[in-house]
Amino acid sequence: MTTTWLIFRRSLRQSLRNPAWVLIGVFQPLIYLALFGPLLIPVVQNTPGFPPGDAWQVFVPALVVQQVVFGTLFVGFGLISEYRAGVIDRMRVTPASRSALLLGRSLKDVVVLVLQSVLLVLISLPFGLRAPLGGVLLALVLIAVAGLAMSAASYALALRLKSEEALGPVFNTFGLPLLLLSGVLLPMSVAPDWLYAISRANPFVHIVDAERALFRGDLGDPSVLIGAGVTAALVVLCLTWGIRTFHRESA
Amino acid sequence: MTARGLARTFRARRGRTVEEVTAVAGVDIDVAAGELVGFLGPNGAGKTTTLRMLTTLLAPTAGTATVAGHDLRTDPAGVRRRIGYVGQSGGAGPDCRVRDELELQARLYGLSAAEAAGRAADLLGSFDLGEAGSRVVQTLSGGQRRRLDIAMGLVHRPPLLFLDEPSTGLDPQSRANLWEHISRLHAEHGTTLFLTTHYLDEADALCDRILVIDRGRIVAAGTPDELKRRVSGDLVVVGADSPEVVARLATDLPGEQPAVDGSTVRFRTPDGAGVLPALLRGMDAAGVAALSVEVRRPSLDDVFLTLTGRTLRDAEADVPDPAAAPVGAAR
Repeated sequence: MTTTWLIFRRSLRQSLRNPAWVLIGVFQPLIYLALFGPLLIPVVQNTPGFPPGDAWQVFVPALVVQQVVFGTLFVGFGLISEYRAGVIDRMRVTPASRSALLLGRSLKDVVVLVLQSVLLVLISLPFGLRAPLGGVLLALVLIAVAGLAMSAASYALALRLKSEEALGPVFNTFGLPLLLLSGVLLPMSVAPDWLYAISRANPFVHIVDAERALFRGDLGDPSVLIGAGVTAALVVLCLTWGIRTFHRESA
Repeated sequence: MTARGLARTFRARRGRTVEEVTAVAGVDIDVAAGELVGFLGPNGAGKTTTLRMLTTLLAPTAGTATVAGHDLRTDPAGVRRRIGYVGQSGGAGPDCRVRDELELQARLYGLSAAEAAGRAADLLGSFDLGEAGSRVVQTLSGGQRRRLDIAMGLVHRPPLLFLDEPSTGLDPQSRANLWEHISRLHAEHGTTLFLTTHYLDEADALCDRILVIDRGRIVAAGTPDELKRRVSGDLVVVGADSPEVVARLATDLPGEQPAVDGSTVRFRTPDGAGVLPALLRGMDAAGVAALSVEVRRPSLDDVFLTLTGRTLRDAEADVPDPAAAPVGAAR
């Protein structure tokens, strides 16, 4: 526990030394919000099959999930430069718990992600977002857990590949289809049957659905339970993988 | 520290075929408490791989080792508590503060916050980093950075410290300064030191004992003087206008047969300075004028040449492309 806290604090200090990155992370969804969001307003009104709720209730929760895929998934790059500087080896020759070396870092990423999401939600208010506080808070909890999973996965992959040149293509290859098939830009409920069927295999589609229901305040919607279940499974899977990677003596 | 048959093979991908590459072919190492031992060899000889195995960072594919009283395979955590390790690339986060990194490292070894702060302050002082404590690591000079790396390896006062290529990339002045720190550490605290180097002068200047490694095998071990004695004597180089006459005279001297190259004659003899007067008198009597005379004590480079048939510099050029890095561990 102490080690996790120590690594978390170190990691947080590094982020605070470059606070610009936290803001840059919010910048991209902000562009979507300002330049793409308005297009959705007439689309939502005139397209059958759109999930309930207004354009902002459909779009903002999706942007929050997008931050997980296009923000947190990239934290591995930072780990590679630390690996190259010998930081990981230096920590692994100490008796410190290997899972703490991972968890401390990942928890920092979760804090940054939640901060960015809160910022995004606040900025969405003047655009016209109206959402119940309880639902949004639950949505943030779900996002935090999904972020923990993605951060662990990103570190595991980074530590196995050990090169930015290898990591970049992997993220781009999987990131984009993952994103398009999660219904972030347009909900998968308007998709043709075959595409809808494929999208069901993507864990993020269920997280997006759950987030939308929570932003509507529809806590009893079955998608909330499904989303929570998928996220829980994802975090168990990714953390196990991450911790195993940090444990590997030859990593 | 005792290692027996420690070996490591990697699976490397070359094009489509995956082949087994032997990085370390089974080494035996004995280091007694309080020794300062150098692990000398060209780049790619297996020095770093051996060190990573001894420090629990890499699982050996074969062999056993007891490091600082703990078994490497069954009790890696015990080994970790008792050793310090300073890797080739250091280990301090470039965007972290110097004191933060030192204190964190101490806490990772289980020291309390107060102990860690005290230890960090002590180390900053003894490694001449006093005023650098609140600076960010990447603003340090190369020499300061290296001293910080070593200080970090010492936060828990380990009885055994591993240093991987401590002076690589440093300017001559910083190197000399680093050597002083290492020697002092050894002399004042009795810390057992095991360092790798591919610099002959470093091994010569610092180490009580040297292990020479080449192509994953230890090819020689001994004190610098013992190793040099394995080369048959001093090298004498004489430049003369009639080199063949000099060569004939030198043939009668104890040692190797002379070799003529242009106007210079080279030969090895146990006591180079001792044979010179007689040689010069002989040349004088034969009417041969000496253009230049040089006696060279054997260097560790000569030792390496004698042992492997290659100079250390040639051996470095032989190193396979580092891009053929291991893709996975063979277990």
